[in-house]
Amino acid sequence: MTTAPERTALPPLGRVYLSRAGVELKEFFRQRESVVFTLVFPVILLLGLGAVLDYDLGAGVDFPQYFMAGVITAGIVGASLQNMAIHIAAERSDGTLKSLRGTPMPASAYFAGKVVQVLAVAVATIALLLLVGVLVYGIDLPSGTDWLTFAWVSVLGAAACTLLGIVVSTLARNGRSASATVTPIALVLEFVSGVFMPFDQVPGWLQDVAAVFPVKWLAQGLRSVFLPDALAAREPAGSWELGTVAVVLGLWCVAGLVLCVLTFRWQDRGTR
Amino acid sequence: MIGAGEPAGRVGDSAPVTSTRPTALADGRPRPGDPLDPDAAVSVRGMVKRYGDRVAVDGLDLDIRRGEIFALLGPNGAGKTTTVEVLEGHRTRDAGEVRVLGVDPARGGRRWKAQLGIVLQSGGGDSQLSVRELLQARAACYAGPLDPDEVLELVGLTERAGARGRTLSGGQRRRLDVALGIVGRPRLLFLDEPTTGFDPEARRQFWALLRSLRDLGTTMLLTTHYLDEAEALADRVGVLARGRLAEVAVPTALGGRGTAPAVVSWTEDGVRRTAETATPTAFVQQLAARFPGEVPGLTVARPTLEDVYLKMIGEHA
Repeated sequence: MTTAPERTALPPLGRVYLSRAGVELKEFFRQRESVVFTLVFPVILLLGLGAVLDYDLGAGVDFPQYFMAGVITAGIVGASLQNMAIHIAAERSDGTLKSLRGTPMPASAYFAGKVVQVLAVAVATIALLLLVGVLVYGIDLPSGTDWLTFAWVSVLGAAACTLLGIVVSTLARNGRSASATVTPIALVLEFVSGVFMPFDQVPGWLQDVAAVFPVKWLAQGLRSVFLPDALAAREPAGSWELGTVAVVLGLWCVAGLVLCVLTFRWQDRGTR
Repeated sequence: MIGAGEPAGRVGDSAPVTSTRPTALADGRPRPGDPLDPDAAVSVRGMVKRYGDRVAVDGLDLDIRRGEIFALLGPNGAGKTTTVEVLEGHRTRDAGEVRVLGVDPARGGRRWKAQLGIVLQSGGGDSQLSVRELLQARAACYAGPLDPDEVLELVGLTERAGARGRTLSGGQRRRLDVALGIVGRPRLLFLDEPTTGFDPEARRQFWALLRSLRDLGTTMLLTTHYLDEAEALADRVGVLARGRLAEVAVPTALGGRGTAPAVVSWTEDGVRRTAETATPTAFVQQLAARFPGEVPGLTVARPTLEDVYLKMIGEHA
């Protein structure tokens, strides 16, 4: 008898990736709670705050127009940071990750599936928000190259928040504590980043704290898309700082990726 | 106790069944320090696993032959799951040499994992996918999987193919776990307490399923704390107590059952009499000669698997 391990065939990577993408889309869109909280919640936020708050920010910008950038930021953070942190922690606690680890599925396929899920959820959320914004508040859609800015800021912000969400899922003790861990983190970051109110109304020292994290830069980049350039003067630097937006979000992607690779676990702590 | 009404074959089964492999001990167990067996599906020497100060596995030596169903039997906390999870690559070990299908599990890559089927003690969580979709997704991880619908047929879940995982009963959920474990055509299947929580009927159906897998040539390592399960399924049983293998044997020979003195009981002059004998057949013949017809209340008993098992884990506790 031969003692050398036989070489077992593996399926084409593309097939595994496609399969995982399908799994992740079904897992998200079939779960009513995740659809309601991630997709519909920002819309409720827009309608709710839009109905209550009403002030003129100058340059003909009303609150819904200003809030569009903020609520899309909240939508992207929900689709990426919160979604990843809560669901990956749950999959770790209930043994889904462990059982995937015992198959020849490459880890990259799991993450590719998550990326597809985040992209799909983020695009659906943004589309829904734009639709409601235009129909209910008659907000001005971006024009020309603003769409390009909209795209790269959203993708870079979503990427950074996805990676951070994966890290947070690992910090959480288990699936149940993940929601309690990440929801305050996300809300506080959104609050200090000018998502719910004009950023220049956030106290200066909190603005400095916010500037460390990606949510502030995501929101600022999106404000440049939805607000007239006249309002750039109200930003801390007096401009949209799109170059800094790209650099900070890019750095968070790199840092998030490194932290993911260093910390990711397939089982809850204390089970090895 | 084996009563007089039991099949005679069990009572007269006095020849111990031993392994014919010349290099190993009579029970087919390697000695500490033996070289790893390159032909074995699983070969373990001196495996140790600690959790802090607690030693979960304390120097395990074991070979599992290809095509065999091997049952690891033991009480809770004996180290069964730890052992299996080290072999699966889910846990690291603190000492010892381990080869699973010729590969060290600590360094097993995707091609190695493609040859394993793993049924964990607790299966996956609440999925939004249907039973068939779960199987199809798992099958997509392998180059030459079984047809998911055929696997559903094999485990008896065809009628629940469209159901979401969380609507399955406990037994159906476990059969889904097994279906997920076998859809990649594993050469070696790990089953960690596969029938815990089954009713007797479901357990028997499940055993039939595992036997049909064995007929396909699948090697199986099964952990259980059900003695009847080990006896019904396993070619060999290893009794694990406090992280050590107390014994490895074919089920009928476990604890010297096959050769242990038989206890013959009968009623004579209105008094219950018992005798221990190594030659129960001869004894019963003599006994029969003393009575005109049937020997009143005659029973011949060997220690049951449960007797020897409880004695064994008691000694090691």
